[in-house]
Amino acid sequence: MAHFTKPAEGSWTKHFNLDTQPVSYEDSISPEHYELERDAIFRRTWLNVGRVEQLPRNGSYFTKELDVARTSVLIVRDMSGEVRAFHNMCRHRGNKLVWNDYPREETSGACRQFTCKYHGWRYGLEGELTFVQQESEFFDLDKADFGLVPVKAGVWAGFIFVNLDDHAAPLRDYMGRLGAGIEDYPFHKMTQVHRYRAEVGSNWKLFIDAFMEFYHAPVLHAKQATGEESRKLQGFGYEALSYDIDGPHAVVSSWGGMAPPKDLNMVKPIERVLRSGLFGVWDAPDIGELPKGLNPAGHPAWGEDSFLFFPNFMVLIWKPNWYLTYHYWPTGPNTHIFEGTLCFVPPTNAFERLQQELAVVTFKEYSLQDGNTLEATQSMIESRAVTEFPLCDQEVMLRHLHKTARDRVAAHQQHQPAGPVPVTASS
Amino acid sequence: MPTLPAEFADLEPFAGWALPSESDRYAKRLASSMQDLQTFYDAAFPRLESGTEYLKGVGLDGISDEDRHLLWLFSSLITVSFPVEVWRQPRVPDSGVAALDAVVEPAV
Repeated sequence: MAHFTKPAEGSWTKHFNLDTQPVSYEDSISPEHYELERDAIFRRTWLNVGRVEQLPRNGSYFTKELDVARTSVLIVRDMSGEVRAFHNMCRHRGNKLVWNDYPREETSGACRQFTCKYHGWRYGLEGELTFVQQESEFFDLDKADFGLVPVKAGVWAGFIFVNLDDHAAPLRDYMGRLGAGIEDYPFHKMTQVHRYRAEVGSNWKLFIDAFMEFYHAPVLHAKQATGEESRKLQGFGYEALSYDIDGPHAVVSSWGGMAPPKDLNMVKPIERVLRSGLFGVWDAPDIGELPKGLNPAGHPAWGEDSFLFFPNFMVLIWKPNWYLTYHYWPTGPNTHIFEGTLCFVPPTNAFERLQQELAVVTFKEYSLQDGNTLEATQSMIESRAVTEFPLCDQEVMLRHLHKTARDRVAAHQQHQPAGPVPVTASS
Repeated sequence: MPTLPAEFADLEPFAGWALPSESDRYAKRLASSMQDLQTFYDAAFPRLESGTEYLKGVGLDGISDEDRHLLWLFSSLITVSFPVEVWRQPRVPDSGVAALDAVVEPAV
């Protein structure tokens, strides 16, 4: 029995004109398809690489490894305060320009100019080449022709994005209706940041799948609730309050009720004492009015919205006034780096700091369960013993994600000379 | 060895849990027996309950070393609450070799 209203079509899946057939996961195991995704998706889509707080003053910079897009980018706030991005590469003989100790590790800092470690070529913060070692030894070298190669950069709600496609549509257009609905959220007030990172042995889309459905939650995470509460949750199962799609982006809106819980016996002793848990600190800080894009169903039991901005950036906004981001950075067909970043209004005393610590550590315990399950899934779908999988209506966003990714690859292929054939929806 | 505020002197035997980072606290949890975790939990949990008002009075700007150690120790209580209250083992069940590392953490 449905606890929350479904669309007139009878299901979310039909409402969004998605088919209801079993789905092939060939797109998550094929090395050829992964190579196509790198060019069709990651080299021509806006990718979130950080936040403006990481560039506190003019001259601040950080690097971002984009293995999936076959480059490393350097993001810098120039002397006029503008955020710029460049390929992190010296124009002389291609050395990576900014790195410390380990060329493949990300770094950050502040400077007035960038100096290549190899032959000492120097670049200003706007990318211009300012110094060439033994310049007279070169042949008709005009420094104006050898600035850093720029990468399109943009800022949305304080989040810094890059796009390797010089012809990409503006970032704000790309973020669309779902982005516009939350762009006034006070992200800038939530500067207390905890970030976790994991190397996960699965295709990047599988972890997004895990976070765009909560059908798994009452089962996989059963033990994280008290015994009686856990049995009750499994009995109810999971239903979202609502789903929405705008172009490649999607949102799942969920009920809450756990921060604070209706009955203190529903939660663990540590949660009762600290008044905090997975859903956040029960005593929410005052952050003013919430933007209209949250709780789209207008439901009084609303607890959290999970936004997926295609391809790999998720923003989870919780009722107790904090947010979480997920990033999935592919490193191969069946590997990726997962980053989970929890952001709070800074605590004012030791008790508030502990309340936030409990929310953070609870997130970690859940994610460890999620992460290991993914490797178990990846290894079995690679066996191809089963090739098509039934997805239920609460997994509607998975259908949309995989379809979007496949469609992008197919569209890109149409404009390319003959090459490898993309995988299709049916195997 | 860290020293705790006088009001929490009874927790001095557990001062080894006053560790500055979540990674350190998690590593100590994995390296401990369930009995050790239970003993620490049984001693520290009632003191978190009775110490709530004290902790609310501790500002984070210019925090003293003693209060910092107390905050770290109670952060460890959070870390061990999962094995004690839920898992009945130090490691998250079925987490195998999965690891999730803290790479950015606000200093206290």
